[in-house]
Amino acid sequence: MQIYWQLIWAYIKIGIFGFGGGYAMLSLVEKAVVAPGWITEQSFTDILAISQMTPGPIGINSATYIGYLAPGQVNPELASPGWGILGAVLATLAVVLPSFFLVLYASHFIRRHNESGVIKAIFAGLRPVVVGLIASAAILLMNAANFCPDHETRTLIASVIICAIAFCLVYFPIPAGNGRKVKLHPILVICLAGLAGFFLYGL
Amino acid sequence: MRTLVWYYLRVHISFSLVIVKIYWQLFSTFFKIGAFTFGGGWAMISIIEREIVDKFHWIERNEFLDLLAVAQSLPGILAVNIATAVGDRLRGGKGSAVAALGTILPSFIIILLIAIFLTPDIIKNNRTIASIFMGIRPAVVALIIAPVITSAKAAKLNRKTFWIPILVALMISLDLGTVSNPVLYIVLGAIGGWATLVWYPNHKRKKS
Repeated sequence: MQIYWQLIWAYIKIGIFGFGGGYAMLSLVEKAVVAPGWITEQSFTDILAISQMTPGPIGINSATYIGYLAPGQVNPELASPGWGILGAVLATLAVVLPSFFLVLYASHFIRRHNESGVIKAIFAGLRPVVVGLIASAAILLMNAANFCPDHETRTLIASVIICAIAFCLVYFPIPAGNGRKVKLHPILVICLAGLAGFFLYGL
Repeated sequence: MRTLVWYYLRVHISFSLVIVKIYWQLFSTFFKIGAFTFGGGWAMISIIEREIVDKFHWIERNEFLDLLAVAQSLPGILAVNIATAVGDRLRGGKGSAVAALGTILPSFIIILLIAIFLTPDIIKNNRTIASIFMGIRPAVVALIIAPVITSAKAAKLNRKTFWIPILVALMISLDLGTVSNPVLYIVLGAIGGWATLVWYPNHKRKKS
């Protein structure tokens, strides 16, 4: 049973000290779960690969997966789906709850002082920075892993074209008959891009 | 008397149905967002913007930027932080719990199903899944470029402020350790906004 307390405590710490989202958190996660022997180095790599290949924030995916596997790894008596699901629930809640309450508290505080000139001025100063943050996320993702994982020029060209078309579909409205214009939904664009990938590389 | 009770019941029921409907919309919207988030919290922004700002008109684009600043400056998983901040803005504590749960559940369910029924190798070495993702990843980058432009417009950048996002994006994407920490630029931006108020109180008042 001790493993469950250890899991909760480890993931609360990850939730509190994990600034900068998913990828920045992963080194913390690795230290917390591989060193005490809850997860082997090999299965940690597998978990990361699967967390990236499934939808959802990578921090949640890996917490659920590690929480499911860890009890069975530490104590063979706990190697059943029931005990694993308990671990998954606890680890996921533990990584989410600290920041949940922090965000809730911060946003209540801001709303209470909504009319104050200082808060307004601070947010006016923050807006250009947030634009830069989003731009930096886009720039950081323009890397080989996303655009040519197999290091072939053909893949790179195809990826750039997919990126350009996806941008146009999301950003520019398309005429939809009788003078109306619609922008495609981002989810639809993701599905189309997946289809394109299947036809380009999967056949 | 009976008609009065009947009338009261009808108003009450329809009122609570409206409340339930809002929570349901909040939950299902963030469930969708959680289910289609590939590549971290920033990829969510396009979808959230479309659903919450354009479709439901729950908040203004500028206010959405403020919530993003709050979500990014606190520790934790960005996607969940954004959901919490938006949920709280719309429906308070209960709303944020509903939104956060909606974001988490798709990942949780999918990962559990994989962990219980499949071995890692089946997915890792699956050519079809790998090829689908080779198509999705570049599109996700496009989904992050689009909100850069819409938010730059919403932030009303002018001659005095347009260099800020460029500098911030450059410094962070160069990945130079502490100088590239996003939290640093959030703190600087907050100080900058506050300093403008202190130095030009009259200018600010005239503007707003």
